[in-house]
Amino acid sequence: MCKIQKEHVKTSRGYDPQPTRQAYGDVLLEMGAERDDFFVIDCDIAKSMKTMAFAEKYPQRHINVGIAEQNAAGVGAGLATLGYKAIVSTYAVFGSMRMLEQIRTSACYPNLNVKVCCSHGGLTPASDGVTHQAIEDMGIYRTVPNIAVMMPADYNATKAMMRALMDYDGPCYIRFTRDSMPNFYEENEEFVIGKGKVLREGRDITIIANGDLLHEAIKATEELIENGVDVELIDMHTIKPLDEELVLKTLAKTGKIITVEDHNILNGLGSAVADILATQGNGIMRKVGLKDCFAESGPYHDLLHKYEMDACYIIKMARELL
Amino acid sequence: MNDKIAYLEEKARELRTTILTMIHAAGSGHPGGSLSAADYVTVLYYDEMHIDPQNPKMEDRDRFILSKGHSCPVLYSVLAQKGYYDYEIIHTLRKFGSILQGHPDMNKVPGVDMTTGSLGQGLSVGAGMAIGLKSTNNSARVFVSLGDGEINEGQVWEAACTASKYKLDNLVAIVDFNGIQNDSFTKDIMPMDNIADKWKSFGWEVMVCDGHDISDLVKTFEEMKAFRHAGRPICIVANTIKGKGVSFMEHVPMWHGVAPNKEEFTQALSEINGGDCNV
Repeated sequence: MCKIQKEHVKTSRGYDPQPTRQAYGDVLLEMGAERDDFFVIDCDIAKSMKTMAFAEKYPQRHINVGIAEQNAAGVGAGLATLGYKAIVSTYAVFGSMRMLEQIRTSACYPNLNVKVCCSHGGLTPASDGVTHQAIEDMGIYRTVPNIAVMMPADYNATKAMMRALMDYDGPCYIRFTRDSMPNFYEENEEFVIGKGKVLREGRDITIIANGDLLHEAIKATEELIENGVDVELIDMHTIKPLDEELVLKTLAKTGKIITVEDHNILNGLGSAVADILATQGNGIMRKVGLKDCFAESGPYHDLLHKYEMDACYIIKMARELL
Repeated sequence: MNDKIAYLEEKARELRTTILTMIHAAGSGHPGGSLSAADYVTVLYYDEMHIDPQNPKMEDRDRFILSKGHSCPVLYSVLAQKGYYDYEIIHTLRKFGSILQGHPDMNKVPGVDMTTGSLGQGLSVGAGMAIGLKSTNNSARVFVSLGDGEINEGQVWEAACTASKYKLDNLVAIVDFNGIQNDSFTKDIMPMDNIADKWKSFGWEVMVCDGHDISDLVKTFEEMKAFRHAGRPICIVANTIKGKGVSFMEHVPMWHGVAPNKEEFTQALSEINGGDCNV
C-alpha cells in the first residue's frame, strides 16, 4: 500500500497553505498600484474571486456586471480594443463554457488582450460538487486559436504568472484553486508563459504535472526517489503554447512520461504531451487525471484518491512503466 | 439643409448600388438587412460620426460596431465609398484571400472597429468601449447597430443593464427594426413587441424614427445630442423595411441571405437608380 500521508509535503517552504485565488486577488491589488492599463471585470463573485480589495481601492478600474458572464466577456473585448488589458474574473466552469463563444469570437479571433482569470479549477471546489468543478475548461480553450492556457501550482507561482500574463500579448486563460494548496515556490521565482520548469532532473522516468496536482506529483516523486527511482519532475504550468522542446528533451532522456492534471484526461495536459509524443517523439506515457467522468462532492483529497488522481496512483502508474 | 438631405439621399443610393454589386459579385451574402440599414449608415458615416478615413485608428474617432455582422456589405460599402480602402476591392467580397470576409474582421479591414458576426455580442463590446472612453475623458461616442432578430439574444439585455448601470451616455444602440429575421417574420419567430418600452424599462433614452427618411434620421441624431450628458445610454429604434429599395426584396424573408442573380441584379440597380442603370 501507498505510505504517503495526505498532507505530507517535505518540500513545503513553511508558508501557510492558501488557495491560489487569494494570490490572484493579492497580485491584482499590487499591480493596481504599479500600472493603470487594466480593468477587472467581475460577475457578482468578487468576494469569492478575492478581487473585492481591488474593487474597493480602484473603483474606477473595476466593473461588476452582475451574473452575466457572456456580457462580461464582451465588455472585456470592448475595453481591449482601446488598448487596455481586460481581466475577466469568474469561476472556471463559467469562464470556459458560459462565455466560451464570446471569448472565442470577440477576443480570440481579433486577438485582443482579454485575460480570462478563473477560480475553482478542477476538483478544487471539492465540496461544491460537479456543477462547480471545472474538468473540461483547459481542454476547451486548448482548441481555440490564439489563446494561451495555464494553471499555476501555488501562491507565489500564481502571482508570478499573473504578472507574466499581463505583459503577454494576446488572450489568456488561467485557472486557480478554490481550496488551499501547499506552498512550494519561493517569492520572485520567475515564470515564462509557454516554458515549463524542470524541478528535478532524473534519468528513469518523467512526471509532468501542473496546477494543484503538482503537489501530488511532488509527493509521488519523493516516494519514488526513496525507492531508488531517478525521477525527472516538470511543472508544465502552460499547456498552450506547450513547451515542445522540453517535452522532447525529457522524452529523449527517460523515454517514459506520466502526465498529471486536475482535469479530464481528454484534451488537457496529457493530450497536449501525447500529441508531441505521437508526432515527434519516441517513448511511452500514461495520463493521470479525471477519467472522463463527473466526480462528486467531498473532501478534496478523498476525491483525488477515489478518482485515482493522487500521489499513490501516480506511483502505481510509474511502477507500470518502469 | 435641403442640399444636405439631397446629398445624403444620393449617397444612400450609391451605397445600395455598391451593396448589391458586391453581393452579386460574391454570389452569396445578406442583402435584406444591408438594405434596411443603408440609410442610417449613410447618415452616420456622411454626417454624424467624427471619423477620418485617412486615419482609421484616430483615438477620438466615433466607433461603429455592426453587431448584426451578417449585414457587413453595408459597412464594407460605406468604408469603400469613404476611401478607407480601394473601392475595387468590393468585388472580392467572400472570396479567397480577400480582406472582405463573410463577416467583418477588424484586423483585416481599415475602419472596421470590431470583429462581429455572432449575434448578440456587439452591445457588450460597445459598453466596454464606452466605459473605457469615459475613463480617459475621450469624447468619442460608440454606435452599435443591432438587428431586431438579434435582440432575441439574452446577452443584448445583459449589456443593456450594464450600459444603464454605468450611465453610458456615449453609447448609442440603433435597432434596425425591419420585422424579419432569418427564418421568417419576427412576429412569428420571436415577437419583440413594445420595443421602445423594453429599452426604456432598462433605463435607456429611447427615440423612434423612420429609418428610411433621411430628414427624420438627421433630425433624430440632432435631437439625440440633448442627451449627450444625461447619464443614460441612447436607443434609436429605426423603423425600416428589409430589402428597402428593391421592390421584389422588400418585406420578403427569403432575401435575408440570398444573392441576386444577373437578371435580379440588373432589375435591382435599375430600381435604385430610378431606371437609369449605369453600373
